Amino acid sequence: MVTSDFEYLAPSTVAEASRLLSKYRGEAKLLAGGHSLIPLMKLRLAEPKYLIDISQVKGLSGIKDERSAIAIGAATTYAEIESSALIRRRFPILAEAAGQIADLQVRNRGTIGGSLAHADPAGDMPAVVLALGAELVALTARGTRTISVDRLNVDLLTTSLRPSEVLTTIRIPNLPARTGAAYKKFENKASHYAVVGVAAVVTMGAGGVCTGARIAVTGAGPKPVRAKRTERILIGKELTPSVIRRAASRAGAEIGDRFNDDIHASSEYRAHLTAVMAERAITEAAARAK
Amino acid sequence: MTMVGINESVKRREDPRLISGQGKYVDDIRLPGLLHLSLVRSPHAHARIKRIDVSRAAKHPGVVAVFTGADLQEQLGSLPAGWVVPDLKQPKHPPLAVDKVRYVGDAVAAVVADDPYIAADAARLVRVTYEALPGIVDAEKATKRGAPILHEGKADQGGAPNNVAFDWEVNGGDYAAARKKAEVVVKERIINQRLIPNAMEPRGVVAQYEPASGQLTMWTSTQIPHLLRLLFALVTGHPEHKLRVIAPDDGGAFGSKLYIYAEEVITGIIAKHIGRPVKWIEGRQENYLATTHGRDHITDVEICGDKDGTITGISCSVHANLGAYLSTFAPLIPTILFGIMLVGVYKLSNIQCKVRGAFTNTTPVDAYRGAGRPEATYLVERMVDRFADAVGRDPVFVRRKNMIPAFKNGREVATGVKYDSGDYKKALAMALDMVDYRQFKAEQRAARKEGRLLGIGFSTYIEICGMAPSAVAASLGAGAGLWESSLVRVHPTGKVTVFTGTSPHGQGHYTSMSQIVSSQLGIPMEDVEVVHGDTSAQQFGTGTFGSRSVVVGGSALYMSLQKVKNKARKIAAHQMGVPEKQVEFASGRFVVEDVPDKSMSFPDVALQAYHAKNLPRGMEPGLEAVSFFDPENFTWPFGCHVAIVEIDPATGEVKLKRYVAVDDVGKVINPMIVDGMVHGGVAQGVGQALVEQAVYSPDGQLLSGSMMDYAVPTAEMFPVFETARTETPSPTNPLGVKGAGETGTIAASPAVINAVVDALSHLGVTHVDMPATSEKIWRTIQDAKSRRRNGRKR
Ligand SMILES: Cc1cc2nc3c(=O)[nH]c(=O)nc-3n(C[C@H](O)[C@H](O)[C@H](O)COP(=O)(O)OP(=O)(O)OC[C@H]3O[C@@H](n4cnc5c(N)ncnc54)[C@H](O)[C@@H]3O)c2cc1C
Repeated sequence: MVTSDFEYLAPSTVAEASRLLSKYRGEAKLLAGGHSLIPLMKLRLAEPKYLIDISQVKGLSGIKDERSAIAIGAATTYAEIESSALIRRRFPILAEAAGQIADLQVRNRGTIGGSLAHADPAGDMPAVVLALGAELVALTARGTRTISVDRLNVDLLTTSLRPSEVLTTIRIPNLPARTGAAYKKFENKASHYAVVGVAAVVTMGAGGVCTGARIAVTGAGPKPVRAKRTERILIGKELTPSVIRRAASRAGAEIGDRFNDDIHASSEYRAHLTAVMAERAITEAAARAK
Repeated sequence: MTMVGINESVKRREDPRLISGQGKYVDDIRLPGLLHLSLVRSPHAHARIKRIDVSRAAKHPGVVAVFTGADLQEQLGSLPAGWVVPDLKQPKHPPLAVDKVRYVGDAVAAVVADDPYIAADAARLVRVTYEALPGIVDAEKATKRGAPILHEGKADQGGAPNNVAFDWEVNGGDYAAARKKAEVVVKERIINQRLIPNAMEPRGVVAQYEPASGQLTMWTSTQIPHLLRLLFALVTGHPEHKLRVIAPDDGGAFGSKLYIYAEEVITGIIAKHIGRPVKWIEGRQENYLATTHGRDHITDVEICGDKDGTITGISCSVHANLGAYLSTFAPLIPTILFGIMLVGVYKLSNIQCKVRGAFTNTTPVDAYRGAGRPEATYLVERMVDRFADAVGRDPVFVRRKNMIPAFKNGREVATGVKYDSGDYKKALAMALDMVDYRQFKAEQRAARKEGRLLGIGFSTYIEICGMAPSAVAASLGAGAGLWESSLVRVHPTGKVTVFTGTSPHGQGHYTSMSQIVSSQLGIPMEDVEVVHGDTSAQQFGTGTFGSRSVVVGGSALYMSLQKVKNKARKIAAHQMGVPEKQVEFASGRFVVEDVPDKSMSFPDVALQAYHAKNLPRGMEPGLEAVSFFDPENFTWPFGCHVAIVEIDPATGEVKLKRYVAVDDVGKVINPMIVDGMVHGGVAQGVGQALVEQAVYSPDGQLLSGSMMDYAVPTAEMFPVFETARTETPSPTNPLGVKGAGETGTIAASPAVINAVVDALSHLGVTHVDMPATSEKIWRTIQDAKSRRRNGRKR
């Protein structure tokens, strides 16, 4: 398995990367960790003429405390996220989820930005970031643009990022008090991607009633989605096991008849797992919210 | 300096080199002027080749040559079966397909270029026009009327009518009569799924031809350098004495490198044709298509006996999938290595076994770790549990009741073979002790009340190893002798080089064989070199497979060491001026009895042997010995493995909680190496039980064609294995060893599935097929529950 011929470019600034991307419009691809792109190139499902390596670009990686939020550079690796004290303190769910991605070799190279831009239907980060209500910053030759994560995922392997845009930052806003978050992943035994993964972020009011919930599902359908039906059932209620179970049983509602069906899991089983993983994620998030 | 004996856990001597990146594998072979070969493979499972247009590929810059099957038909010959069962159909197997392709991955053209990347690019420029034909992947359906025929023509014209390669059977006692008398008969249809071996290093070949001398040298990742040389010579007509096959370091095989492969012939012949060295390195996905697969049986099995738990007979009818062509040992694996194992460790006197080998449009199937024995053990151990369930008895009770009592020196069983030695109840007792069976049963009952699903499963297995007594093997179809030889060369300074015909690829022979030398000659392990895997170093050898290396090769080594010792003793006695019988050999010194200060060290004697100034009259100088060992019988390791699983009722996911392995591999040379063997084998057996499966679409596309889709077991699936051993020496060889390479794989799958079924037994579940994937178990639970609900309603 050998890629077709390509030219390798290694810009040192984001601006330069963005300029190259515009210059070779349609023929260039950004290369971050390469752990999604290179396999596609080896299978010749992608044959870019130019690869623009952004893994060494200054300012594209690292985790910054912005007080009301943290800002994660798009080229930050899973390993950095997993081991960051700041993330472990403020958004432990991110570290927890990063630690569940593949193996150490992949985590040492794979990046959060690459994962979001690639939009694998079974990626872990897209669901977690969706549940956390992140904000994404993208750069073009014309300037920067901010995208709400709710608008990011369009379809299978498709995001609202434009071909000439470089995703630079993933900004995660602080969570309200008494908020708990958890990510539950049912692993594909071959690829170790999610057959189904559910990220739950749950806020409890002073009266023991759920005041906020963002639940995101990955692996189940063509793209990660919010389980809004489930969220609506949770909000305003005391999160007893039976409420959680009832809410979780609706976690596949937004996926409808678009559940994935392959040799690893039938659509029926994925629908079932969606409810089970949702129940587990919500239960744990609620417990942590106290 | 480590003086080591037998049964000592010394660390593997080969590891520092291998784990620090200093191994030398086929792909590390770099030669001046080396060219690289890439193969164009069929995307169709079954198609006629209408036209091959190589013009664009040939013009691609950097391409040296492009060959099709038609170009090289004569030189490439046809790959033969190395084991011939009665009435075997042997259709032609051209290394490069000529008029038809028969599986996805069948090679149709070879592109040779200056570098591997150019070769890969150019391979995509070869235009092959196919006429697609319907394909068939299921071994049973393939033999039904109307199925597409892979090898057309009558049997005597190289065809395989109805896709049947052979019908084979073995019978013992009178199964029909036993069944008639039996109070209980249990039937099951059992699928033993197809597996992909997944050695860490895929295959690779480098071939170099020297026109001036006519010498062809091949470096290849193989388990059988000598057999390969022989087969290559037979297939291509290249003279055997002008062919050198070298097996360098090898990143694992599990049986998948035990054959002559198309790529070996193609690379060798093209190197000869072009007159420059050529390298072919298999990619991982190519490996999934082009390297043999394992297992793939569909079996209707029946077990019968009485209500008191006595088993009287077992019968089975198997459809064994052979893939598109006969791989070298394909006819052996589902027949002899399977059928004769159906007695298990039981006093079963009535056996009936029919095996139909079928061609299908899939990758050829051959040995995979255990090879036939896992399939047999799985049937027997699964059906013993089914029987126990049917008669309402504990599976341990039924096993014990039917077990062959302990014996030391041979016992004939219903399939006509003779087990060497065994004490099956002892291994079972030890395993029961280790798991604390009673305590577990109490825990299981309590867990069920909470809705948790715990299960325990047993596998009291036996295997046939130490391949093989040559005459017996020949009578069963072997095309070559299966003895082994050794050459022990003592150098003048007392250092030793051992030449063995076995060909390790992960087993640790460098260490085990050094240990045998050290224990016999009293010299440190560091003073021993073990040379293997080079046909110019050893006169012949059979290679490494079937847990044979220490049993057959180790015994040949032991024999040579005795010869060396005897000659050395004669020299020592002569030089010390005493009769030979007064000389004892201890701790590396020849000592005169009762005169402890009169002695000679082994290196002193070696030097004298070469100096030859004062040798006994008529003695030849030098100190080396050659031995050939052909065992009188196979060896029969056995043991008891126990798995404890917990099933997540919501997802169906099976978690292995404990794994106890009690093995009896006879005498042990290096317990740590044996433990390692057991660990790896168990992991593979559990892999088959829980996650691994090759999946084909009905028209022959391999859907599980990469590691993203084919699950290989990983460390996180396993608890710490609890291993122990009993030791029943084999009387068939001087070391008393039985072989330890395959125990884990053979024992583990039934232990795990029996545990899974046990966990679900209270729901009325009596069988699940492998792999017990989460979805399958979830469905099984759903079905069982709805059956119960419906049952109650009625
Ligand atoms: C063996 C293996 C197992 C894996 N298991 C998992 C798993 O369990 N869970 C999981 O979620 N993932 C898994 N992955 C995928 C892994 O997480 C990838 O690394 C990730 O999806 C992509 O990140 P990357 O940095 O490697 O991106 P790359 O492969 O470099 O790029 C992916 C795509 O994103 C684009 N891109 C990258 N960065 C940017 C940017 N800043 N702006 C715009 N576009 C950009 C690229 O052009 C490309 O199209 C696995 C991968 C492998 C090889």
